[in-house]
Amino acid sequence: MMDFVLTEEQEMLRDMIRDFATNELKPVAAKIDEDGRIPQEIIEKIGEIGVFGAAFPEEYGGSGFGEVGYCLVQEEMGAACMSTATMIGAHCSIGLNSILIGGSEEMKLKYLPDLTSGKKIAAFALTEPGAGSDAFNLITKAEQDGDEWVINGEKLWITNGPFADVFAVYARTKRGITAFVVEKGTPGFTVGADEKKMGIKGSRTSSLTFDNVRVPKENMIGRDGRGFLTAMKTLDAGRLGLGAACLGAMKEFLRLSVAYAKERKQFSQPIANFQTIQNIIAEMAIMVYTTESLVYRTANDYDKETMLSRQSAMVKWVASENLDKCADMAMTIFAGMGYSKEMPIERMYRDSRINKIFEGTNEIQLGIIARDNLKRHGTM
Amino acid sequence: MNILVCISRVPDTASRILIGSDSKTIDPAGIKYVVNPYDEFGLEEALRLRTKNGGEVTAVTVGTAASTDVMRTALAMGADKVVLIKSENEPTDSFYVAKNIAELAKEISPDLILCGRQSVDYDSFQMTSVLAELLDMPSVSIVSALTVDSDKLTAERDIEGGKETVEAPLPCIISAQKGLNEPRYPKLPDIMKAKRKAIEERDAIPSEERVTISEMSILSKQRVGTILSDSDEDIAELVRLLHEDAKVI
Repeated sequence: MMDFVLTEEQEMLRDMIRDFATNELKPVAAKIDEDGRIPQEIIEKIGEIGVFGAAFPEEYGGSGFGEVGYCLVQEEMGAACMSTATMIGAHCSIGLNSILIGGSEEMKLKYLPDLTSGKKIAAFALTEPGAGSDAFNLITKAEQDGDEWVINGEKLWITNGPFADVFAVYARTKRGITAFVVEKGTPGFTVGADEKKMGIKGSRTSSLTFDNVRVPKENMIGRDGRGFLTAMKTLDAGRLGLGAACLGAMKEFLRLSVAYAKERKQFSQPIANFQTIQNIIAEMAIMVYTTESLVYRTANDYDKETMLSRQSAMVKWVASENLDKCADMAMTIFAGMGYSKEMPIERMYRDSRINKIFEGTNEIQLGIIARDNLKRHGTM
Repeated sequence: MNILVCISRVPDTASRILIGSDSKTIDPAGIKYVVNPYDEFGLEEALRLRTKNGGEVTAVTVGTAASTDVMRTALAMGADKVVLIKSENEPTDSFYVAKNIAELAKEISPDLILCGRQSVDYDSFQMTSVLAELLDMPSVSIVSALTVDSDKLTAERDIEGGKETVEAPLPCIISAQKGLNEPRYPKLPDIMKAKRKAIEERDAIPSEERVTISEMSILSKQRVGTILSDSDEDIAELVRLLHEDAKVI
């Protein structure tokens, strides 16, 4: 049978991250949202305690906690500050993972230790102005010229773009889609202005422009023409971490809602006494439990290398849909106070919606799940 | 410099405490146990002194077999060695704890022993003083700043309305107060490595318990604050209370 009990070290990890998130992150989450950036010292502290290496093997500077450990981290981060969870997700789940999943041993040893320690920050560059959900039709071009590749094109909505050091860039070659490492400061490579967003404002997003950007051939991640597979495998991991961050935010919505419902009095009694409010709280609790079960079951499968794309697609869909519902329900319980910036509900509500959009829209996830199911004649 | 750090395993302060059916013990069900927060200051100070002066940091706890969790935390924070002195029941008598730690201290002859000013579970404030007596060492309590030289230490103590600075020769026992330092978060790779390190276990020596708990009870929570409305009379009442009762204006 399955065993869903955390090991002693997983519990220590969760407790430590919870302490960190509660003491260092939550008190500044509103300021992060307002300033539109995470303070550099917080990013450094996150690096120092080893968060960026949580999921990854020790030989690359990680701590070997695997995907379950990484999800424990992202759950706590998502509860405290979704902007920070997004920054970590873009760096670890999809930036760094592109190299871990697709790269040669030599490339991993060159880049990963600096990324797992947080000395350098990574970003994942797949989306383009004309290629969002239809990522396969990206048009950024890479052409070989002797020992170098020359990249031309534009990328859009790149999380961590404004300050990342290492970019996993997906471009089209004669053989198909191929991934390359492009480092900050490479001539011809420019980063656009910070996008102004509805939520996760502290997570910085920008466009990238490639104007005859030359990279040595050693910077090719994996084989020529195999980049799309790397991108899809990388996103499988990303969707799982995203689910964990959503789970953390849902738990926070539930905690805050219950506390407020017991405190807030109307008709001479706490609103928690009313069945209308109790029904909302029950539904939120059901969604938390469902999502938690799904996230950790799937993360466990990921660590055993038995997870399938459709499963991470389901995690992403369930977690982000449930989070969106929890956000709305919390707003219902807090009502006017929830709408005011005095309470974190307003920020968390704005921060929630993006999870149904990025790392593959939820509509694309349904497509992945449906096609897979049709192939299997309706069996799981 | 070799340092011994005494660690107590206590319920997390956020835990809801319930009394067991014997009315003498805390019901451990559903309680999360942590390193006593004041002991964390002691451990952090020991780790900083080791970075500066070299040597070894040994952490010790006297407790039941369940105490391995706080021992792993001590290892993850950076202790070189941890010793669990296993007792059958959760120890509540300060003399019993001190007696057992004293036996270990005699073996390893530390230059400095660091403890928390109190353990936030039973709050006896006695262990360090008893330990100092058993080892015939000077002890300095409630220390909020510490400088250690080769053969003596200088410590700043919090006293009512002020501070005092004291000196004492080594070896010496210090009890740590909040403000001594900011304890580190254990790093992820160190949490993983702590799993592979050994916890030395030995049985507690039988020692008489000089103080035993005969009964425990929980005070019913009463609202101590006063809530006033924003009406004109209540605002006047608030001013009067602040002026006459609280004497802050």
